[in-house]
Amino acid sequence: MVAQILFLVLTLAAIALFTVNLRKIIRNIRLGKPVNRQDQPQKRLMTMIRVAFGQSKMVVRPIPAFLHFFVYIGFVIINIEVLEIMIDGLFGTHRIFNGLGGLYNFLIGSFEILALTVWVSCAIFLVRRNILKLKRFSGVEMKSWPKSDANYILITEILLMSAFLFMNAADAKLQLLGASHYVNAGAFPVSQYLINILPSSESALVIVERSCWWFHIIGILAFLNYLPYSKHFHILFAFPNTYFSNLEPKGEFTNMASVTNEVKAMLDPSFVPAETEPGKFGAKDVTDLSWVNLMNAYTCTECGRCTSVCPANITGKLLSPRKIMMDTRDRITEVGQNIDKHGATHEDGKSLLDDYISREEIWACTSCNACVEACPVNIDPLQIIMELRRFAVMEESQAPGSINAMLGNIENNQAPWKYSPADRFNWAQES
Amino acid sequence: MEFKVPTMAELMAAGEEPEILFWVGCAGSYDERAQKITRDICKILHHVGIKYAVLGTEESCTGDPAKRAGNEFLFQMQAMTNIEVLNAYNIKKIVTGCPHCFNTIKNEYPGLGGTYEVIHHTQLIQDLINEGKLKAEGGESFKGKKITYHDPCYLGRGNGIYEAPRKALEVLDAQLVEMKRCKSNGLCCGAGGAQMFKEPEKGNKDINVERIDEALETSPQVIAAGCPFCMTMLSDGIKLKDKEQEVKVLDIAEITARANGL
Repeated sequence: MVAQILFLVLTLAAIALFTVNLRKIIRNIRLGKPVNRQDQPQKRLMTMIRVAFGQSKMVVRPIPAFLHFFVYIGFVIINIEVLEIMIDGLFGTHRIFNGLGGLYNFLIGSFEILALTVWVSCAIFLVRRNILKLKRFSGVEMKSWPKSDANYILITEILLMSAFLFMNAADAKLQLLGASHYVNAGAFPVSQYLINILPSSESALVIVERSCWWFHIIGILAFLNYLPYSKHFHILFAFPNTYFSNLEPKGEFTNMASVTNEVKAMLDPSFVPAETEPGKFGAKDVTDLSWVNLMNAYTCTECGRCTSVCPANITGKLLSPRKIMMDTRDRITEVGQNIDKHGATHEDGKSLLDDYISREEIWACTSCNACVEACPVNIDPLQIIMELRRFAVMEESQAPGSINAMLGNIENNQAPWKYSPADRFNWAQES
Repeated sequence: MEFKVPTMAELMAAGEEPEILFWVGCAGSYDERAQKITRDICKILHHVGIKYAVLGTEESCTGDPAKRAGNEFLFQMQAMTNIEVLNAYNIKKIVTGCPHCFNTIKNEYPGLGGTYEVIHHTQLIQDLINEGKLKAEGGESFKGKKITYHDPCYLGRGNGIYEAPRKALEVLDAQLVEMKRCKSNGLCCGAGGAQMFKEPEKGNKDINVERIDEALETSPQVIAAGCPFCMTMLSDGIKLKDKEQEVKVLDIAEITARANGL
């Protein structure tokens, strides 16, 4: 009875804490500017099914795609087992679903095989990060916390899977001993090999089985609450993020409606613009970005596919699209914490541009869209870079000198170079 | 040129409308290397007998480099001025010689009141080949030559056009070889996003050199391009590698014109 109450309290506390943190994040995302991503619901749904559920963009790199697929399937399917753990925990039952008979054995057997594949995949992932040291996982932004974060996640998953398998092994051994409460149920294609290394006394086995059971479920609840602080949030946000992703051609950049009004008024003095809120052009801080940009930041799992294909980064420039996303998340988190501590109007004098992302980074971008194409969950770092450029150019007139010269040429000669418009058709004179 | 390139003003004066407007672009108008491509596109249009016209001195920058540099004001000023001209001439269909102009007019002009059917010149060439109006005969033979095609970002990833330029090359009976990073994974030449007009940031290599190294790995005789900016970057790379004699960088329009003896 004590165990059941303890279980209930822990579960409720974990869910409550997670809800509080999730709501804070959703509030932070809503600090972003509005953008309409409600159109074409059918196409959006298909995009989500294809990209998030179907992991269609992962296949470009077959080895991690294969390993990630096991972890993903394992995560989704082994969670069915969590349902049984929940019911057993609340009602003090043991393997409540064993009435399913053959089907139950099949399910437990499959979970074991999946647990093993998850275990092995995570171990390989750890080797890739820490021993093989794949270039994609390094970089200036991958020091300290982001580096540990990835390892914590992988180690936790390995521990959770180990606990699951040892729990089953102890259970199987108790079933063989005919221990009361341990009904004959389940098939143990993997954990049967662990039976021999376990102690043989019934009381010791019960301790192993119960410890693993508690470790497994407390681990899952703790992991749930780790998500809001971690890059691992993608397991939830990948779905809304792909649903609300950009459906237009990647080459198309948004036309700023606020500018359209002013330009129309300039070209046609009789034009009366619709009333719009005076805002700044482009983005200096995260709250000038759209809510989709901010959701992108929370979705990023720092895999580095974007940075590994970025022509600027490949050739040694400071720009890293992954860092753009990580900076955006760090900054919006900071803004959110300021609101929690000091209220909504607090200004800390910092901004995304300059305090997090430097001018050198934003001006190194070729707008080639390789990062956008590479992201397995449709994150768009380019949009953030463009918004920062817009602020630098339109609000501050601070562009590199040669860019200013080019802009001046367009203004004066209608071409980015210093040629006379009268000479524009001269090419037809030669052969 | 052996024939006169018709302008919209002339056509209008004669009470005529073209089937298609050829949007030349700033590079195509002023850059010496790109001017050759412009003339070759005209030769192709003239050869197949499509009724076309150019804007001549009435053309103006689409505003693409201003937009990518972050100056939305200047972009929209340019866009609206151009749209006024295009709409006044009742333009329905446009072919561009540049993927940047193509992307801007096709995707960013409709929201500002300029809706046209826009194609890139490689798509036009593909269509003409499909219709049987354009073949690869009567000119230089590319048979068996090793050609590698560099995808321009604003044609490929930007608008998903990967096949048209390759179809235009397939008709040559040449040996098409792909670079390691091609199609949706293609590496930028380094000129996009207004980089064409500035020095690169501090790094350990220029992007166009990285790309040329990759192109040379395929040991090609021709590197095919479809964008005047890529043309500049790739040609500079080839010069730097001192390979001008062995490897030619040619636009698909130039290759098509040569193959047809235009």
